[in-house]
Amino acid sequence: MSESTYAVVGTRPPRHDATDKVTGRAHYGADFQLTGMLHGFILRSPHAHAAIRRIDVSKAEAFPGVKAVVTSADLPESPEQMVDIGEGAMPLSYIRGNMLARSKVLYKGHAVAAVAAVSPHVAEEAASLIEVDYDVLPCALTVEDAMRDGAPVILPDLRTKEFGEQTGRPGNVAEHFRHVLGDAENGFTEADLVVEREFRTATVHQGYIEPHATTVLWNEDGHVLVWCSSQGAFTVRKATAAVLDLPVLRVSVTPLEIGGGFGGKIRIYLEPVAALLSKKSGRPVKIVMSRQDVFEGTGPTPGSHMRIKMGARKDGRITAAQAYLAYEAGAYPGAMVAPGAMCVFAAYDIPNVVIDGYDVVVNKPSTAAYRAPGATQAAFATESVVDEIAENLGLDPVEFRLMNAAKEGTRRADGPKFRRIGCVEVLEAMRNHPHYRAPLEGPNRGRGVAVGFWFNVGLASSCTISVNSDGTVNLLDGSVDLSGTRTSVSMQAAETLGLRAEDVRPSVGDTDSIGFTEVTGGSRTTYATGWAAVEAARDVIGQMKERAALLWETDAASVEFDRGVFRAGGRSITFQELAAQLDETGGPVVGRGAVNPSGAGGSFSGAIADVEVDPETGKVSVLRFTAVQDAGRAIHPSYVEGQMQGGSVQGIGWALNEEYFMSAEGAMLNSSWLDYRMPTSLDLPMIDTVIVEVPDPEHPFGVRGVGEANIVPPPAAVSNAVYRATGVRLYRLPMNPVAVMEALWQKESEPGGGSLHSDAAA
Amino acid sequence: MKWFDYAAPRTVAEAAGILASHPGALPLAGGTDLLGQLRSRVRETDLVVDVKRIPELNEISWDAARGLTLGAAVPCYRISAHPVIRRAYPALADVAALIGGVQIQGRASIGGNLCNAAPSADAVPVLIALGAVCLVSGPGASREVRVENFCTAPRRHVLEPGEILVAFQLPPPGPGAGSYYLRFIPRNEMDIAVAGAGVAVTLDDGHIRSARIALASVAPTPLFVEEAGEWLAGKPVEPQSLAAAADLARKAARPITDMRGTAEYRRHLCAVLTRRALEAAIKRAKEERS
Repeated sequence: MSESTYAVVGTRPPRHDATDKVTGRAHYGADFQLTGMLHGFILRSPHAHAAIRRIDVSKAEAFPGVKAVVTSADLPESPEQMVDIGEGAMPLSYIRGNMLARSKVLYKGHAVAAVAAVSPHVAEEAASLIEVDYDVLPCALTVEDAMRDGAPVILPDLRTKEFGEQTGRPGNVAEHFRHVLGDAENGFTEADLVVEREFRTATVHQGYIEPHATTVLWNEDGHVLVWCSSQGAFTVRKATAAVLDLPVLRVSVTPLEIGGGFGGKIRIYLEPVAALLSKKSGRPVKIVMSRQDVFEGTGPTPGSHMRIKMGARKDGRITAAQAYLAYEAGAYPGAMVAPGAMCVFAAYDIPNVVIDGYDVVVNKPSTAAYRAPGATQAAFATESVVDEIAENLGLDPVEFRLMNAAKEGTRRADGPKFRRIGCVEVLEAMRNHPHYRAPLEGPNRGRGVAVGFWFNVGLASSCTISVNSDGTVNLLDGSVDLSGTRTSVSMQAAETLGLRAEDVRPSVGDTDSIGFTEVTGGSRTTYATGWAAVEAARDVIGQMKERAALLWETDAASVEFDRGVFRAGGRSITFQELAAQLDETGGPVVGRGAVNPSGAGGSFSGAIADVEVDPETGKVSVLRFTAVQDAGRAIHPSYVEGQMQGGSVQGIGWALNEEYFMSAEGAMLNSSWLDYRMPTSLDLPMIDTVIVEVPDPEHPFGVRGVGEANIVPPPAAVSNAVYRATGVRLYRLPMNPVAVMEALWQKESEPGGGSLHSDAAA
Repeated sequence: MKWFDYAAPRTVAEAAGILASHPGALPLAGGTDLLGQLRSRVRETDLVVDVKRIPELNEISWDAARGLTLGAAVPCYRISAHPVIRRAYPALADVAALIGGVQIQGRASIGGNLCNAAPSADAVPVLIALGAVCLVSGPGASREVRVENFCTAPRRHVLEPGEILVAFQLPPPGPGAGSYYLRFIPRNEMDIAVAGAGVAVTLDDGHIRSARIALASVAPTPLFVEEAGEWLAGKPVEPQSLAAAADLARKAARPITDMRGTAEYRRHLCAVLTRRALEAAIKRAKEERS
């Protein structure tokens, strides 16, 4: 790479928002206050599946301090439509149904009614006085339960869509789709070795530290004002307006700082409810979720049931692959199985592929995006099978992957043909890393590898840049700042304008002040909003050239700009000098950039994990972990490394302990930080990172989004390491101590047996 | 959380009077369990009685003949930093440093850990192993209750309305003593014991003179496995002895299957943890003797 080309890109300046974040001055969702503000509390269903016969709110309404009570009867009725909820669309009736349950509750934690009162405690107390008469129904909690004949029907109006067509069949399968490439059956007959395994993964939550929080004022002029923590103000505006049946002009959303989202703060849960409470009470209403609300009432990522079959020749070439992916959608259709199917074999060039995907409704919270949604489950399955084949063929697991790696021109079964990608480069970086060859000493230790892919998105972003008279600029964009995007966007503007990063003052606009911008998600912000900033900066340069031309009485086309200096006909003027003369040359300069790129380059990621397993307790300790990822171009390497480390840690959490532990009746029993068991810093080694740079061919700086692909490989890498440490392969996440111990016991009781929990044999 | 009234008595008699006249009142020491329970509505009360301001509940005193007197409301940070406790009752110092993080240790107390009466309470197996006795005051005469007899069921204990746990009395450890607490948690911090073992031993020239073993999280109350300790008395310090005692602990356990582990897994852990805790306590005892 040519580091010297850039003055700002690739450096590590301090974050523009660092001081506010470390001093606690930054305003997150729950920090917002308005005069006269009330506090809302949402009453949630105690049952996983029940018909609502009657709701009596009279005692709550009469409770001292209560100013409003709402139920689904307060939601407007309007014709069905698909509403874009950020990275996808959902029928309005489902969005409304999830906001406040109508005739049925579909999961424990489903919102049923809400109270606004003078304090959160009064609201909670009053909510406990609401009488809901439930007719409890049997529930289905996994795809296997829900797909069984005679399973409880969760959505009576749901009809299965199959291969793109409506079948008219009722049931819990919302959709069955298939991708075909080549002839899989034939491909398996060409194979010398075929391995088929069955996998299951648990429902897991994004685990953002900040709970959802919103404050809404339904103003006397009919305008709804929202201040909330979310991944995208425009998406909140669109969904809130749709649920309330208002034009978007009547809803204004001001984004507050966000304390983590990982995809989980794209959809809305609270805003329309707070709006209705505000409308009824005439006062602003704030609602802050508890951690239990977050676990039980927001969207986790799907649990899954998968089968992967792969065949390879003795020479190491994969000849065919087949996937069965059935994902839990939760209460409404929309399991992230489609992206799972896009990613399941994406790392490999396989000529013959069949992929079947099932989107299955179950009595759990409606699932939502979570960092490379759908890909981590699929990669756990694929990368476990790939590991097993490599071992059976006597091949090094990285070399085997390299022999079959996807590259430019490789066609995926779901259609697209890869453009320039960095899969090979990531695998080579893994192979060449000292970690991969370091000796692993001591008993009960093992090393595992895995790779993963996320396709990334582009989508719409807007940015404006206003030039100040001292030659600094103010930058306004529409992207909620997750993990330093204010700075990574500003750096791209600074590089284009020949300024330093600290010469740019970035801010995140509200929906009244900046053009439409999609959510901060899909690894798109540094890529697309950064691109918009480059466009805005180029617009500034164009306008400034005109000013220079005016001063020099020449043609703007003859003015050149390079590294902060305008030149024409032997004369030159710096950006700063020219900025001081804007008043005399026509007034302010405001540049605008608006982009909607469609061809974002995907990112590949790899993980090397060393573990030690306590053979007496089954506890897995991660001793060393290296993450490798293609960033295209790392604008701010520290933030790229931070993303890689964060994704790795979340993936390790999936691998080892995180799960929704459900009772048979569908209650999540571990809905607290204590019992949900995300890894803490004491459970992790320092995560080593290697940034690979295979520039995206279209982006001005070659950026590839880096927010997501890093979570994809870790569960498989850890599982492969556990196998090498113990001789036992696990086919279910999480691999918690009980699961590992049970697998070890089973191995003891079956001499010679090593493969467990697998219904199919090689 | 519902509204509640708050009282902060300055004497044991005053506290006992308030608690006796308000049967639903709940005592608050560090509050690290109670406030969470009130917030999540696991418990409700109209009156919280803060016992932190009563001097007797905040004292640590040591007497070579009587042993240690530990006020029930003494916060963990004082216990883990106390030189006598660190030397003479190392498992107690360890467990005071194990419960919660630094902020929690600034508030949480051993008396509160016992009165919360959770089967998983980390300090309780240690208190049992060390032979601790509860000093209880109330409207009537004061009485003493051995810690192993204090809890009666999850969240239930022997205190009558108006009674208050004032302090623990721990006998002096004697020569060749070592104690250790080991819990199993899936993570390395911030977790509730899936199972735990607290042990105290005294050694006598290659033999175990006495041993007390207690378990956490494997029965409705913290479990004193008296037979395991008695079996060990007089046995040589050998792996077979420890394994046999560990097996007795496993057999004594009456665990349930829940989100933290299966009953079978917990029974298995009882043996593993008891053996490992005994090994560690014996190591300490040997260091004490040398």
